[in-house]
Amino acid sequence: MTQPTMQGTRTADVCLIGGGLVGLAVALGLQRNGLRVAVLDEGDVALRASRGNFGLVWVQGKGDTLPKYADITRLSARLWPAFATQLQDTTGIDVQLQQRGGLYLCLTEQELEARDGMLAKMRDAADGDYPYETLDLQQVREKIPEIGDTVAGATWCPEDGHVNPLLLLRALTERFKALGGTIENAGRVQQIAPLSSGFKLHAPNGDWTCKRVVLAAGLGNRELAPQVGLAAPLSPNRGQVLVGERVRPFLEYPTGHVRQTGEGTVQVGDSKEDVGFDSGTTTEVMAKIAQRAIRLFPLLRDVKLVRAWGALRVMTPDGYPIYQASSQCPGAYLVTCHSGVTLAAFHEGPLADWIAGDRDDASMEVFHAERFTL
Amino acid sequence: MPNASRFERLLTRSLDPTTVYVEGQAIKVDRHDTAAAAVLAAGLVPSRSTPASGSQRAPYCLMGACFECLLVIDGVANQQGCMVRIQEGMQIHRQVGARDIHEPPQEVTP
Amino acid sequence: MSDHDTTQNRYDLAIIGSGPAGMAAAAEAGRLGLHTALLDEQEEAGGQIYRAIGRAPLADEGVLGADYYQGRVLLEAMQAAAIDYLPGTTVWGVDEDLTLNVSRRGRSQQVHARRLLVATGAQERPVPFPGWTLPGVMTCGAAQVLLKSSAMVPPTPLVLAGSGPLLLLVASQLTHAGVPIDAVLDTTPRDNYRRAVRHSIGALRNPKLLFKGVGLLRALKRSGIPHITGVEELRAESEQGDQVSKVHYRRKGIEHQLDCRTLLVHQGVVPNVQLTRALELEHDWNAHQQCWAPRVDAWGETSRAGIFVAGDSSGIAGAQAAEEAGRLSVLQIARQLERLEEAERDKRSAPIFRRLSPQHVIRPFLDVLYQPARSFQVPEDDTIVCRCEEVTAGELRQIADAGCRGPNQAKAFCRAGMGPCQGRLCGLTVSQILADRSGLPIDAVGYYHIRPPIKPLTLGELADIAE
Repeated sequence: MTQPTMQGTRTADVCLIGGGLVGLAVALGLQRNGLRVAVLDEGDVALRASRGNFGLVWVQGKGDTLPKYADITRLSARLWPAFATQLQDTTGIDVQLQQRGGLYLCLTEQELEARDGMLAKMRDAADGDYPYETLDLQQVREKIPEIGDTVAGATWCPEDGHVNPLLLLRALTERFKALGGTIENAGRVQQIAPLSSGFKLHAPNGDWTCKRVVLAAGLGNRELAPQVGLAAPLSPNRGQVLVGERVRPFLEYPTGHVRQTGEGTVQVGDSKEDVGFDSGTTTEVMAKIAQRAIRLFPLLRDVKLVRAWGALRVMTPDGYPIYQASSQCPGAYLVTCHSGVTLAAFHEGPLADWIAGDRDDASMEVFHAERFTL
Repeated sequence: MPNASRFERLLTRSLDPTTVYVEGQAIKVDRHDTAAAAVLAAGLVPSRSTPASGSQRAPYCLMGACFECLLVIDGVANQQGCMVRIQEGMQIHRQVGARDIHEPPQEVTP
Repeated sequence: MSDHDTTQNRYDLAIIGSGPAGMAAAAEAGRLGLHTALLDEQEEAGGQIYRAIGRAPLADEGVLGADYYQGRVLLEAMQAAAIDYLPGTTVWGVDEDLTLNVSRRGRSQQVHARRLLVATGAQERPVPFPGWTLPGVMTCGAAQVLLKSSAMVPPTPLVLAGSGPLLLLVASQLTHAGVPIDAVLDTTPRDNYRRAVRHSIGALRNPKLLFKGVGLLRALKRSGIPHITGVEELRAESEQGDQVSKVHYRRKGIEHQLDCRTLLVHQGVVPNVQLTRALELEHDWNAHQQCWAPRVDAWGETSRAGIFVAGDSSGIAGAQAAEEAGRLSVLQIARQLERLEEAERDKRSAPIFRRLSPQHVIRPFLDVLYQPARSFQVPEDDTIVCRCEEVTAGELRQIADAGCRGPNQAKAFCRAGMGPCQGRLCGLTVSQILADRSGLPIDAVGYYHIRPPIKPLTLGELADIAE
């Protein structure tokens, strides 16, 4: 919404492109490391995964083909309570974190078996340290009496939870600004020019120079990464979410498809479609999502739908993140993933420390984009 | 039920008297009235409380825009009272806070 | 006119709303042989202005006045037209191909149309002030709806407060109905009169409407009801219980208070943009009317070809202008669908354009005269702006100060606009507060992204479509 007004060249230790959950979490961690950070972002109407996601802090099943991803997911889930407390202490915003466990509900025995098999494999890969249970309908009913009769069962993981992603975005924004951070909502960064030491960024409001640049622009990274010798082979994957009216608390645990927020609204997701850059909704998919929700929880039939939205997930070919430092342009980093909520604590902590430490730690190698060309 | 806050009916061309129950109390209204009008005729003000803070509300715009006239109508919660026409024997109750998905509210027998 | 189920659901034209624009459009479409569906969420045709005109239950026609009963002409023409009239039908979504998703008698259905005419009219401008959520505070429009459709009048003591022609009209109608009014508190800013004079040439070109206004003021004076002008700092309070009991205000620096059981408020009307926003049509800020309206050409066609808007939903111009606009849109639609030669369209539209002109030339005068006072547009910090989620103006300013990017970010941060009314009662105010706080023009700040469903519907109803 800001009208471009040209300003002289400004400087920061780090220019971070993208003011969503991923960018701001990393930005807070960089500030913790004593760096001056400027976040360059788009305006009020942009493709914003951060405002459209489902809000799960989710562990079960993540990283079934990449143990390192399972590790950082679980690490982030463990870091989350301290992260949430810190945000509340410093901003007064309670992001409504709950980690009492979560359920992935399956409608058929087949689906349940496949799910159980996948999680068993993950437990083996983690040398037995991977807590989950497979529950039949009766066991699910003990946790959620409102469950529908046609549900086959669920997988349960005590490390799963959820958070209010909108309050999280607000808390990150307020904390970042309180620590002296600059957020500029002028629009897309047009060009990143590597200098002999550092970078020069051409943004709609004028230029920035910085020692380091972090790309956290979601799908926008595709155009930015090649300018600093990196690759971001990302594609949009639309998820549609339905939001029902506030109802009295009935759902103690989040499930993969339905959760009740702290305010009492019922959120229902989701869909996987490949539709390009259209963040809208379609009636057909909305209807299917509603249908599934009613099969899972028949009492939701009379609940009113207040809002529906589509948001674009930021997907790599294998679905895992890219965390990579540029070898061609030292000081440039690419950070992209589709789990900005679950991984927020990891991004604020270990990942930001890795960037601040200015070393391409071998520990991040499995997340390099080169894996897609092998 | 308070009665000093009742809306009153002027002389009409014709009236098709129909009985509805507002919080269990029988009241005669016209067949064409909406549930919100019946509530105002019965003097049921406030007629709902908000889910956000529990503050008390009553019909405000009567044009379907404001959603302040939410009522429990024949056991179905959160109905927009100004958009629902009454029917003989209709049971109308206050909407107290957020709806409960489990059961229709207890009906007060007249 | 037939009133049946949408078994035959493919149409040349779907009209949404059966107020003056929709009724006139339907009659014209019927005449031109367009296969037309007229959908309305209300059970009776008439819109708000001609509400319940088919029954008109009040025994004394003097209460509402002759203008109201003129609606019968439109209704009869609509009833005589060969179209499908679908009352009690709520449009909750419009797909890319103009398929309408509608909810009718608790069931969702789809209606397909080659052209769409949005005639969803106006809504009263949200009037945030301290105490406006108290039971017993209602809009003047609400009082009129009850008068027209149920012949009901509000409990006393009764005070009216606000600005605009409808405030005076409702005062006159209730007085005629024998309801004692304790006071009419007029919040029209004194400066507005001076500013409006600049537009008085236009007003003089529509003497009929001007005299009507003057007549209302004279009648009010004759009735002996205190018409208190220059009212500021309006505040409603509840002394005991949960109902309004006092209205406070300041005039010439002195604080006053009045007892009341009903407080009717009004600050003019604004286009109902819920549907046009959801359709992602281009909208422009109208500085005179202090509201947004979809951008339309002379025929009412919007930025999306095939979608037309007529009547107050394309900008406030009143009932007479609305019906003419409805007819114009249909002439152009018939032309586009090759049911009318261009010459014939021009011949038929020429007198309509002539009749429309005086309806438009008086607008700048009225719009400037009745611009709401600043406090109703950007209220004080402790005033609730979003009634559903109970978000105050102060919280919105705090969010703006924390670097909020616009109304959609504000919505995400504080839930303003996320309740069941879907932003209808706070959208305008939220944008105005953010613009005011950030010093940016309001069209740079923008408006809520209105998402489907346009009206809440049950998950069950939605799910049924998938079958």
